[in-house]
Amino acid sequence: MTSSERQRQIVEALARVAPEVAAGSLDPGAPLRDQVDLDSMDFLRFVLELHRAFAVEIPEADYSKLSTLGEIGKYLDLKLGTPLANG
Amino acid sequence: MTEFRMPSLGSDMEAGTLVEWLKKPGDALTRGDIIAVVDTEKGAIEIEVFENGVLDRILVTPGNKVPVGTPLAMIRGSSEPASAAPATVAAKEPPMAPPPAADRGAAMRAAIGAAMARSKREIPHVYLSTTVDMTSALTWLATENERRPVEKRLLPVVLLIKAVARAIVDVPQINGFWTDDGFRPGPGVHVGCAIALRDGGLVAPAIHDADAKSLEAVMEALSDLVERARRGSLRSSELADPTITVTNLGDLGVEATFAVIFPPQVAIVGFGRVVRRPWVVGERIEPRSVLTVTVSADHRALDGRRAGQFLSAVDRWLQVPERL
Repeated sequence: MTSSERQRQIVEALARVAPEVAAGSLDPGAPLRDQVDLDSMDFLRFVLELHRAFAVEIPEADYSKLSTLGEIGKYLDLKLGTPLANG
Repeated sequence: MTEFRMPSLGSDMEAGTLVEWLKKPGDALTRGDIIAVVDTEKGAIEIEVFENGVLDRILVTPGNKVPVGTPLAMIRGSSEPASAAPATVAAKEPPMAPPPAADRGAAMRAAIGAAMARSKREIPHVYLSTTVDMTSALTWLATENERRPVEKRLLPVVLLIKAVARAIVDVPQINGFWTDDGFRPGPGVHVGCAIALRDGGLVAPAIHDADAKSLEAVMEALSDLVERARRGSLRSSELADPTITVTNLGDLGVEATFAVIFPPQVAIVGFGRVVRRPWVVGERIEPRSVLTVTVSADHRALDGRRAGQFLSAVDRWLQVPERL
């Protein structure tokens, strides 16, 4: 899996919770909750989608490390190993 | 023979459009069966029957918009003979397409506006507020969630809903309806949960008998309601039954919300955001997680003292999360 594939899978997981998300329009460095209308139930469902897509355990204590798409990518890199460079 | 009428799914609904019949004349009906789908400002709603019998004949065919209370069909007792009226072919017609989302959004805005204007015009609201120390509730929840897989985790709002349900049992005067004959107690503790829809607007379907449900069951019910509310497939009983409503704007960073009552209910409870604040505990000042809880109550149905007792009960229950 490449880094861009992983990012694409993260956005797909998000889109299953918030279907209005347009993949290209999200800033990976800005807080997701500022860009997408996510309440706590949506966020929990997003964590569940990530858990299912990547087969990782995400304890509640780690939620604060998941506020931007970039942070989520880094978090998964730590859990799953760094993916190949893009390409 | 009884008339099956277009149900009222809340004070903000005046009419509905018959989309599809799911039963046809001659079909046996059991209380709770979904008999038809009706389109309203709140989306497509599955309409349930409230009696046992047989669908005798259909009076309104798909595509027709009719006011609340209009007879949609006739239901006869299981032993009654079929009516002489010719059988309709309405059940075989294809379901109509839903209206565009933009039209629905505008219609919902107008319906909510009309209902809230009526509420503010007719209901003398009394507003009360209290600040609840959430430290023990959140500590308990964090420990619980640590041992739970992600699909079984509980959200803080589940503790809040359950605390409201418990407090209603302590102060039942807050739970029910204002009618022409005065206050009518709710037939159960059916907590309506305000849910924002993704394209604007809101619905407040009920978690039925929330007082008797475990925290897990409340979480499952809430998760299911949010999912179906946004997909547009709620059931008529869920919209018609709430005996009180809870609104939670804490996710938006709001500290306190003073909400407008959904008539004919007599109260709405508002939750804000949990914030860290200096708090006096015994003789010391400690950092604590606190939450502002408000209640708006119908002064015709109860006085401020009773509403205050209810808020105190919510606070008390939130101090013993393991007993919720």
